[in-house]
Amino acid sequence: MKRFTREAVLLLIAVPILLWTLLPIYHIFLFSISSKDSAFSGTLWPDQPTLRNFGTIFRQEHFYLHHFWSQIWNSLWIAVAVGVITLAIATCAAFAISRLKVRGGRAVMNLALFTYFIPAAFLAIPMYKAMGMYGLLNSRWSLVLAMVTLAAPYAIWVLKQASDKLPIELDEAAKIDGATPLQLFRLVYLPLMTPSLIAIGTYALLLAWNEYLYAYLLLSHEQTIPLAVALGHFIAADDSPWELLMATGLVYALPPAAIYYAFRRYMVSGLTAGAVKA
Amino acid sequence: MSSIAIPHVPAAPPRRGLTTWQAWGAILIAPYVLVFLAFVLYPVSYGLWLARHPESYVQLFADPIFIRTVVNTVFFLLIAVNLKFLLALWLSGFFVHERTWIRWLSVVFLLPWAVPSIPTIFSIRFMFNPEWGVINSVIFRLTGLDGPNWLNDPHIGLGLAMLTHIWKSLPFWTLILIAGRLSIPREQYEAAAVDGASAWQKFKYVTWPSLRTLYLTSTILSMIWSLGDFNSVYLLTGGGPADLTHVLATLGIRYIRLDQVDLAMATIVCAMPLVLPLVYYMMKHLSK
Repeated sequence: MKRFTREAVLLLIAVPILLWTLLPIYHIFLFSISSKDSAFSGTLWPDQPTLRNFGTIFRQEHFYLHHFWSQIWNSLWIAVAVGVITLAIATCAAFAISRLKVRGGRAVMNLALFTYFIPAAFLAIPMYKAMGMYGLLNSRWSLVLAMVTLAAPYAIWVLKQASDKLPIELDEAAKIDGATPLQLFRLVYLPLMTPSLIAIGTYALLLAWNEYLYAYLLLSHEQTIPLAVALGHFIAADDSPWELLMATGLVYALPPAAIYYAFRRYMVSGLTAGAVKA
Repeated sequence: MSSIAIPHVPAAPPRRGLTTWQAWGAILIAPYVLVFLAFVLYPVSYGLWLARHPESYVQLFADPIFIRTVVNTVFFLLIAVNLKFLLALWLSGFFVHERTWIRWLSVVFLLPWAVPSIPTIFSIRFMFNPEWGVINSVIFRLTGLDGPNWLNDPHIGLGLAMLTHIWKSLPFWTLILIAGRLSIPREQYEAAAVDGASAWQKFKYVTWPSLRTLYLTSTILSMIWSLGDFNSVYLLTGGGPADLTHVLATLGIRYIRLDQVDLAMATIVCAMPLVLPLVYYMMKHLSK
């Protein structure tokens, strides 16, 4: 009887959690499959569900969607570039700090941590000004470099924690065998670090794909903006087509959700390990 | 600028300190150092230099929405972050129960964190639209009365921005606290059970002492980041109605958009007394 009550209580807690989590997401889905008329009727399920919104999007048949394909390409290009560059920079830095014990490594780690603690919207303002001075505004590279700057500190920190755990004997054995630092890096370090590298690459990629504020500040031409900024434009007008906005939002949200769930195992352990140590 | 990145390599000819290992270390760390110099140190220094004029601060305090913004920000940090952490603490206790269906629920529960902000926050914005939103439609159908004005009311608007913030970041922090709870040795609970401890006593004498440090550092970190939460406010209310729901993050960006970079930087400088003690605490704690 006691066990039964316990299960009932657990289920009773689960219902509001599920509702709270899914309501805004279900609402996106609901709008995506509604026609313009039924979207505004405030029902919980459309009278005639339709996939026509997606057709409109993919054929770029609305004023707000004329550059849909080039914008989703921009999002992809930027996300992949940020993932690759962050991974390269952070892996090298973590290797230098943790395994090669480079002088000043600790100071660099602290600078990185400090960057990690600057609220993102605050750094955006000087960053915007600096990108203007570098002549990078409205180039996709400005967003890529900005996102690398934001993603790298956490990446270095997590990778350093992970590589501190590798036994020091490995390096010593490699040194005795006459390995160069590059051979140690390529043949010993990278293979052992693969799980953390997957987690960090995915983290940087998702961070860049999902970013709104920096993209909105740094890019403004219809041709160069990623999908996130294009979605923001919808809201400018009072008569914006909500059903198209929500359908586009669904298309935009699916890839990161899918990637996240595909790599969930790596992500959760990789990203929380450092935090718990703290 | 690359010459500044070199200090890790002494300029002197190879002595016993500068081995190939140290040289490679310097080469491998250089890309990050360059990124830091070009996109953090230089912009921030230049920004602070732009914020040096006292007139900027006079102008800032003369802006009628500034004080309101500071008050909003403080409320946002105190209420939203603490509410979020109490919920996360409680939910982490729920999610550590070993049931298959709870594991599936936790997978769903992480969705708000995994998907991008912009579609979900717009979705919440539409739900709360006073005229066409689903919330007021349901209220009207059930009671025959018009629902509240939601986002057109500054207090409710800011409250909903806090709820949006909680909705978005609660999963992440719950995950952190779950990891914290799972690292507590099981024997401690078994020993407590043998002593006949109640659920509350187990929490008070076993869970909380182990979780306290993680809870505090997480709360502080979340406060720092929440200061930079632009999306929850901007995408939901746009700072309106009548610029009454701004927080410092959205106000700074608003000045940028009005091409008043000096004021934008002054806004950030005004937030420093809030940020720096928290950052100092975190740095001290993490670089141990």
